[in-house]
Amino acid sequence: MAIRSFLILFILFFFSSLNPILSLYEDQVGLVDWHQQYLGKVKQAVFHTHKTGRKRVVVSTEENVVALLDLRQGEIFWRHVLGSNDVIDGIDIALGKYVITLSSGGSILRAWNLPDGQMVWESSLRGPKHSKSLLLVPTNLKIEKDNIVIIFSNGRLNAVSCIDGEVLWEKDFEGESLEVQQVIQPPGSNLIYVVGFASSSLFEMYQINALNGELLKHESAAFSGGFLGEVSPVFSETVVALDSTGLILLTVSFQNGISFQQTPISNLVKDSFGPAKIIPSSVTGIFAIKMNAVTIVIRVTDENKLEVVEKTNHETSISDALPVSEGQQAFALVQRAGPEIHLRVKLAHNWDDNLLKESVKMDQHRGLVHKIYINNYIRTDKSYGFRALIVMEDHSLLLLQQGEIVWSREDGLASIIDVTTSELPVERDGVSVAKVEHNLFEWLKGHMLKLKGTLMLASPQDIAAIQSMRLKNSEKSKMTRDHNGFRKLLIVLTRAGKLFALHTGDGHIVWSYLLQSLQKSKVCQHPIGLNLYKWQVPHHHAMDENPSVLVIGKCGPSSDAPGALSFVDTYTGKELSSLSLVHSVAQVIPLPYTDSTEQRLHLLIDADKHAHLYPKTPEAISIFERELSNIYWYSVEDDNGIIKGHALRGKCTGEVADEVCFDTRELWSIVFPSESEKIIATVTRKLNEVVHTQAKVIADQEVMYKYISRNLLFVATVALKGSGEIGSVTPEESWLVAYLIDTVTGRILHRVTHHGSQGPVHAVFSENWVVYHYFNLKAHRYEMSVIEIYDQSRADNKDVWKLVLGKHNLTSPISLYSRPDVITKSQSYFFTHSVKTIAVTSTTKGITSKQLLIGTIGDQVLALDKRFLDPRRTVNPTQAEKEEGIIPLTDSLPIIPQSYVTHALRVEGLRGIITVPAKLESTTLVFAHGVDLFFTQLAPSRTYDSLTDDFNYALLLITIVALVAAISLTWTLSERKELQENWR
Amino acid sequence: MAPIARLLLLALLSTALTISSGSGDGYTINGRVKIPQGLGTKGFALPGKTSNVKVILNGGQIVTYLRPDGYFLFQNIPAGTHLIEVAAIGYFFSPVRVDVSARNPGKVQAALTENRRGLSELVLEPLRDEQYYEIREPFSIMSVVKSPMGLMVGFMLVVVFLMPKLVENMDPEEMRRAQEEMRNQGVPSLASLLPGGGRN
Repeated sequence: MAIRSFLILFILFFFSSLNPILSLYEDQVGLVDWHQQYLGKVKQAVFHTHKTGRKRVVVSTEENVVALLDLRQGEIFWRHVLGSNDVIDGIDIALGKYVITLSSGGSILRAWNLPDGQMVWESSLRGPKHSKSLLLVPTNLKIEKDNIVIIFSNGRLNAVSCIDGEVLWEKDFEGESLEVQQVIQPPGSNLIYVVGFASSSLFEMYQINALNGELLKHESAAFSGGFLGEVSPVFSETVVALDSTGLILLTVSFQNGISFQQTPISNLVKDSFGPAKIIPSSVTGIFAIKMNAVTIVIRVTDENKLEVVEKTNHETSISDALPVSEGQQAFALVQRAGPEIHLRVKLAHNWDDNLLKESVKMDQHRGLVHKIYINNYIRTDKSYGFRALIVMEDHSLLLLQQGEIVWSREDGLASIIDVTTSELPVERDGVSVAKVEHNLFEWLKGHMLKLKGTLMLASPQDIAAIQSMRLKNSEKSKMTRDHNGFRKLLIVLTRAGKLFALHTGDGHIVWSYLLQSLQKSKVCQHPIGLNLYKWQVPHHHAMDENPSVLVIGKCGPSSDAPGALSFVDTYTGKELSSLSLVHSVAQVIPLPYTDSTEQRLHLLIDADKHAHLYPKTPEAISIFERELSNIYWYSVEDDNGIIKGHALRGKCTGEVADEVCFDTRELWSIVFPSESEKIIATVTRKLNEVVHTQAKVIADQEVMYKYISRNLLFVATVALKGSGEIGSVTPEESWLVAYLIDTVTGRILHRVTHHGSQGPVHAVFSENWVVYHYFNLKAHRYEMSVIEIYDQSRADNKDVWKLVLGKHNLTSPISLYSRPDVITKSQSYFFTHSVKTIAVTSTTKGITSKQLLIGTIGDQVLALDKRFLDPRRTVNPTQAEKEEGIIPLTDSLPIIPQSYVTHALRVEGLRGIITVPAKLESTTLVFAHGVDLFFTQLAPSRTYDSLTDDFNYALLLITIVALVAAISLTWTLSERKELQENWR
Repeated sequence: MAPIARLLLLALLSTALTISSGSGDGYTINGRVKIPQGLGTKGFALPGKTSNVKVILNGGQIVTYLRPDGYFLFQNIPAGTHLIEVAAIGYFFSPVRVDVSARNPGKVQAALTENRRGLSELVLEPLRDEQYYEIREPFSIMSVVKSPMGLMVGFMLVVVFLMPKLVENMDPEEMRRAQEEMRNQGVPSLASLLPGGGRN
C-alpha cells in the first residue's frame, strides 16, 4: 500500500513538475464545463416594442442587474451587474434608444445604449437628505428639443438632459420633516406635482414648472388623523392615502386647494379585517388595498366617490397602466387559483368588461404571481393582443401570450444561499445489446473522425461534427451514477425558498421544489432559508433508502426567530417531512455519527444556548449520549469581539421535559480588546476534508509531521479604524492580527501581526495550512499569506532504531488537552487582484496536490497551485529542494491566464466556490455561483489516473493492427528464410 | 519628528475632510482606459467589448463603466489613497494607486502598483493581453514519435530491422554455439512461441 501510494506520489510529482499549469484548448470549452446566465428576481420591466425591429424588454432585478432580453425567446442581449451596493431604484427607456437607470439610493443616474448596452453617460446626483428615489421619464416634455428625465432623490428634484446627462435645473425640498411620496407629471402639461407628508399630519403639495424648476404653487393642509404608508395617485390631481390608524381611506384632491374626503373602509366592505395597506398603482381611477390576506380593488369615480369593484382572498397582482389608444389605459390583474393562474386585462374606465381573460396552467412549484407587466401588439385582424411578463414567487420570469407560456427563465438560481451535492441512483438495468452495437459503430466512427482531426486531415465540416459530437456526449447527462463519480446532483437552495437539483453533466434542472416551510404564511411573515445539510447518505446498510437533504430555515431576521426544518428526498425531489420548531436556530453542527438508517445526527444550538438533537429518535439519543463528552463547539460574537468554547452538560432541566434537549456549558472564552481589535474573519477546515498522510517528506530525507486537527480556527482581527474601506485609514493606524486557535481548549497556538494592513480578509483553511488575503497599506497592494503548522512532538520519530525498539510515541493517544508542541512557518506574497472568495480543491483520498481557487473581483476564478504558497520557498532553492518541487521565491504570485478555470467567461456577481471530490482521485468538481453559475472538473495534477477524453483510441487500434501485421509479416519472412536455409 | 508632523497633517486632513463632506461633495477622479487596437485580437475572437469593462474602486466600493470614448469618472470620493482596478476579459491591467489630496484639490497622483511606475495622467492601459486557451500545436511527426505509441512502434522497428543486422554481424561459429546452448537449455525462442514454430 505504502509503495503504491509512493508510486502515485512520484507519478504525480513527475507530472506536476512537467507541467505546472493546467490549461484548456479553445475547442475543449463546454466539454466538461457549463455556464448559465441569470438575472435575479425582476423588480421592474419596461417593454421596447416598436412596430418594426426586434421585440425587447429591459429589466432590473434585485441582484442589481440591468439587462435587455429578447421577448421572443427570453435570451439575454446584454446585461450589466452593477456593484453590490449599487441598488437599482428605477429604470426606464428614454428617446427610444437609451435605457436610464437610477441607482445607489437615487445618487447615480446612468444611460445605456439600448442596442448594445454601452454606457453613454453617467451623472451623480446629490441632495440635502435621504429620501425616496423616484424616476420619471416624460415622453413629451422638451426643453429646446432635448427630452428631460425628472428624478426626485435625496430631497432634491432634478431635471436631467437625456442626451448628455447634464443637470438642467434642480430644486431642494428641505423642509425638516417633509417626506415626499409621489412626483406626478400630468401628461401633456409642463407641470410637476410633488406631494408628500410633513410632520405626519400635514399634506404638502408643490406645483413646479417642469421647464425651469420654478415653484409655481405651494399648498399644505393639515389632517388631524395623520397619514400612514404610501399614497397612490388615482388622477393627475388626486391621490389616495390612508389615515394613521389604517382604517380610513382619504381621497386628497389638490386641484383648487387641498381637500380631503374620508371614507372608512368599514363603509366599503362589511367585515373589517384590521388595518389596511395601499398597493400603489399607476392606473387612472383604480387602486388596491390589502388587509391581511384580502385584496380589495377600489375604483374612484369622477366625484371622488370610492366603490369596491373586487374583493378576493387570492393574492392579486396588478400591472402598471398601458396606454392602448387615444386616452385609454389598459391594465392586467393576475391571480393564482390552484393549478392555474387567471389573467384578466381590462380598460381603466370600464371595469365590467374584460379585454382578455385567460387561464394558464402553471407549475405548482412556481408559487404565487408576484408581479406582472403587460404589453400590447396588434394582431393580424387589427385587434389588440396582450402579452404578459410575470414574476413568480420562486423568482422565475415567464412570458405569457395567448394562454400559453412562451418562455420561462429560472432566475431564482441567481440568488443561491447554499449548495450541497447528492449521488445519483446506481444503474440497475443492463443496457440492451442493440444499443451497444449502435454505440460501437458510432464510437468507431467518432474516433476515426478524431483521428482525422489529429492528423489535420479533417475538413471544416468534420471539425464541426467532432465538436458537436464531443459536446453532445449523452454519457455525461445520464441520470445514473458513473464509475468516476463525475455525475452528481448539485442541490441548491435559493433565496426564494426553492430547492433545485442540477445535473453536473450539463447543468439541466432535474427537479425543483418550492418549500412550503420557507414561504410567507400567516405564522411566518419573513421566512429565511439558512443552510442545506446532507441528512441521509445511504452507504452500507441502507442502500434501499434514497438520499435526503435537510433544509434549515428560520422565521424572520432576528436571532430568536423560531426555526423550520424540512427533509427532501434528492432522487424524487419530494418533501419527506417538515417541522416547525419552537426554538430558534443559531448554529447547526452536523455530528460525525449516523444511526442505523444512515441518518446523520445534527445538533441545533438555539439562541438560549440549549442544544437540540435531530433526528428525535431513541436510537439517535442513545448514540448521542454515548458521545456526549466528546462534543465541543465554539461560537463567535463579532459585535462584542468574543469567541467562546462550549460543551454539553446533560439533559435540559427546568423546562418541559424534552428528550432531545441538552444543556450546555461554557468552557472558555477569548475576549479581544474592543478598542484595538475587531473580528473580521473566522475560518475552519471543511468537515469532510480527507488528509492522506500526516507526514511530509522534505528534501534531505527529513520528515515533518503536519499538525492536523479538526478543531483549529483561524481568526483575523483588524484595528477598529481599519475596518472601513481602503483609503479611509493610514498605514500607521491600522494593523491586522491573525490567530490560530484550538477550539476545544481555547488555546492560542499562533498569533501574528501584520502592521499597516487592513481587511477585508478572505481565508481558506485546509490540512495544516491557512491562506489569507488582505490589503497591505504600506505597499498599497493586496497580499496573501500562508501559515503552515507542524507537530514537533513527533519530529524525533524518524530514528529507525527507536521504531524498532518501540521507543516511539506513535501509539500514544492524541489529546488536545496535552500541550501541543507545534511550530509554524509562514510567508507572504503580493497578489494583484481584489478577491471575492477563496476555496481549495478537495479530492477523495487527499493525495492529489491542492490548488487554491480564487474568485477575483473581475468575477473570474483563478486556480493557483498551493506550491506557490509554500513557506519553504527561498530565493535560491538548493538542488534537493528543486527536486522536491520548491519554486524559487518571488515577491508576487504569478497570474497565468491559462489557469483561469473560468477561461474567457465571467461568473457575474460571484459569491461562492464549492469543490466536491469525484470518485477519481485526480479530479475535483468545482461549482462557482453568483448571478451566473459555472461548473467544471479540475485535475490539479492532471489526470494521472485515467485517460483523457482526448485519448485517441483509433490511433491505438491502428498501432495494434500495424504491430500484428508487422509480426505476421516478419514471421512469414523468417519462415521463408528458414526454409531457404534448410534447402541450402 | 516625522510621525508627529504626519499626525498633525492627518489632523488637518481630517478636519478638511469633515468640512468638505459637510458641503456635500468629495473629490472627483477622472480617468481613461485605453485598449490599444490590435492587441488581444490574435488567436481568438476578442471576448470583451468596452461595454463590458468595469472600473472598480477600492475592491468593490464603487463600480463604474466606460463611456464610448473610454473615459470613466468617480465622484464624491474622500481624500486619501485609493485603489482602482480595471476588470476586462482578455486583458491584464495593473491596479492603480491614486492619491487624492485634500490640500490642493484636483491634483491626483497615480502609480501602477504592479511595477511602481508613476502615471502623469490617469490613462490606464493593459500591461498585457491574456490568452485563456492553450494554442494547439500543429500536427508534427515528432509529437507522434514521442507519444507512447510512437515509442512502441519505434522499439518494434528497432527489434525487427536492427536485431537481424546484429545477428548477421556475429561470428557464425559463435552463433551456432549459442543456438545449440539455447536449444539444450530449452529456453523458448521467439520462433517456438509463434504458432507452428515448435516443429524445429
